[in-house]
Amino acid sequence: MSQPPLLEVEGLSRHFPVRNMFGWQIGALRALDGVSFKVRPGETLGIVGESGCGKSTLGKALAGIHAASGGRILFEGTDITGCSAVQRRSVAPKLQYCYQDPGNSLDPRWTVRRSLAEPLIVHSALTARERDARIAKILEQVGLPLTHLELYPHELSGGQQRRVGLARILTLYPRLVVLDEPTSGLDVSVQASVLKLLRELQAAFTLSYLFISHDLSVVRAMCDRVAVMYAGRIVEEAPTERIFASAKHPYTLSLLAAIPNIGGERITDTFALEGEPPDPVRPPSGCRFRTRCPRAAAVCAGTDPPLRRIAPGQAAACLFA
Amino acid sequence: MACATCLTHGSDVATPGDKLLEVDHLCVTFATEAGAAKVLDGVNLTIRAGEIMGLVGESGCGKTTLANTILGILAGNARAEAGRVWFAGEDLFALPQRRMARDVRGRRITFIPQDPFGSFNPLFSVGAQTRELMKWKSPRRAPGEHQGLAGFFARYPRARRRADAEAIVQMLRSVQMPDPAATAGKLPHEFSGGQRQRLMIALALLPQPQLVIADEPTTALDVTIQAQILKLLKQLAKSRGISVLFTTHDLGTAYEICDRITVMYAGQEVESAPVADFFGRPQHPYTVRLLESLPRPGRELREIGGEIPRLIDPPSGCRFHPRCARASEICRKERPPATSLGGGHEVRCYHPVETPP
Repeated sequence: MSQPPLLEVEGLSRHFPVRNMFGWQIGALRALDGVSFKVRPGETLGIVGESGCGKSTLGKALAGIHAASGGRILFEGTDITGCSAVQRRSVAPKLQYCYQDPGNSLDPRWTVRRSLAEPLIVHSALTARERDARIAKILEQVGLPLTHLELYPHELSGGQQRRVGLARILTLYPRLVVLDEPTSGLDVSVQASVLKLLRELQAAFTLSYLFISHDLSVVRAMCDRVAVMYAGRIVEEAPTERIFASAKHPYTLSLLAAIPNIGGERITDTFALEGEPPDPVRPPSGCRFRTRCPRAAAVCAGTDPPLRRIAPGQAAACLFA
Repeated sequence: MACATCLTHGSDVATPGDKLLEVDHLCVTFATEAGAAKVLDGVNLTIRAGEIMGLVGESGCGKTTLANTILGILAGNARAEAGRVWFAGEDLFALPQRRMARDVRGRRITFIPQDPFGSFNPLFSVGAQTRELMKWKSPRRAPGEHQGLAGFFARYPRARRRADAEAIVQMLRSVQMPDPAATAGKLPHEFSGGQRQRLMIALALLPQPQLVIADEPTTALDVTIQAQILKLLKQLAKSRGISVLFTTHDLGTAYEICDRITVMYAGQEVESAPVADFFGRPQHPYTVRLLESLPRPGRELREIGGEIPRLIDPPSGCRFHPRCARASEICRKERPPATSLGGGHEVRCYHPVETPP
């Protein structure tokens, strides 16, 4: 707790303009609407939510791919919100963004060695020999033999490509890696090996992860704290164990109730939540979850509940929490 | 033609209740530039009437190929080398192509795709596409309708069109579409992913089929929507007595919806069991490892070492042997026969795991 946070996000917003056929702006898609959280060094923060809730926009805003419409992003105490590409260059080595399949972002015409060397050439003053030593070390960490350095991506299997992609992110020794859905669409056995690798790398490089996922069982296995997002807002934030043991926000409870529970009661008998997430261009007034919420009352339409502390380390944005 | 690995195929256990679909040591090969890929190699599968059968396995294990073979829509470079598919007492491979297209595919066996986004024509209203389906696949269509030259000019008979239109609205109500009457006039892009999957279920059930093949119908959906769709599909299938072949790579969804589960590995089925037995006392080492790789609280993640074999030169004998800790000499030589453990639980392994982990 005494350590200063590695990343601090305050009221971050990202609005995409909605234009009509003449190009006039007629509204805004509020993909992110006042999101605040902190990531401490060495910690894994999970961002959970359904598609369209803004979790990927959040990751991209942090990585500088999307410019923020409002709010601040503090990385190691410095404000990186609106910084230019040149200023960004000093932050980029320490704050890395990892796409869903990092193996896909390898250049098919470059050898593994060249792909791994590129970030070092851009961002560091290492000599060619030092670069080779660093690359060899990283490649060993992700569990690949040195002979793979001269291979092209198509000569590797999908899993090996993924490892090279991760190695490429790690060559600069980042402090925070934003992982955007690193296991979605994978088979369980492959997912298990990816998660294991991510954990080993976290220990070896003392990394912090911002782990964006829609799968709560994966988040439970990986994260220290979890923030649940709904329609551009964080609706609940708590240590992982508290989210699973005593979640307070009705949306979090519905998400938990939707996970298939092998050996337990069937969700096909118990699941009660109806409807779908609201249109982000026209969110409902007041609490955004009220249109689907089993506990919604008249007061929910009028007040937009703020994220408030309800227990040590736990905050929820619900009037009844 | 007999294929070598099929010679060991075991006799099916006699099961009470009528078998609706029986796949009998099916072998399918794909001709590729690198050689013939044996994508299905002696697969056996039985689905009884009214049963939801889960087909579980990693990507590339042949789940979709099996579904396509049953529907008779294999790609041009694929060929069924051996085996039979029996559907309600008929040999689907022996059925003339025209009868297959008219009476079976889309009529008695229907399909729910994985991707509800790519499965509608974006230029036509949902209603127009549904009516087009019903024109050809309606359960009210007389057997001789649309045949020969007269069929070429035949319009959609008015009485049947009315009855079909009513059935469509009723079906949209049963899949819980908001405002069923207005749905028909909308274009596909006006619906969300969950609603489109509801429409897909409606389209699959409208011809009143005996078997629905659902190919990973919830993979593209969010968890809360997935829960809704699973609930809906289970309830509709059970209330109408329709059998479902539900392919998925997610063991959790299989637990939710299935009565029985068959596991496939690299083009061969390895274990088949009722859902309680499957999760309670899995016998095949692959099933056990698959269950262990699920993330669960308070347990270290365990991956399955090694990689899925290439299907061009697959391992001999049991295809799982290179990754299996229990493999012995015989596993490398011959595919294990199906051993029945009672209660419809069958496993193909020489060294099954006796005690649950």
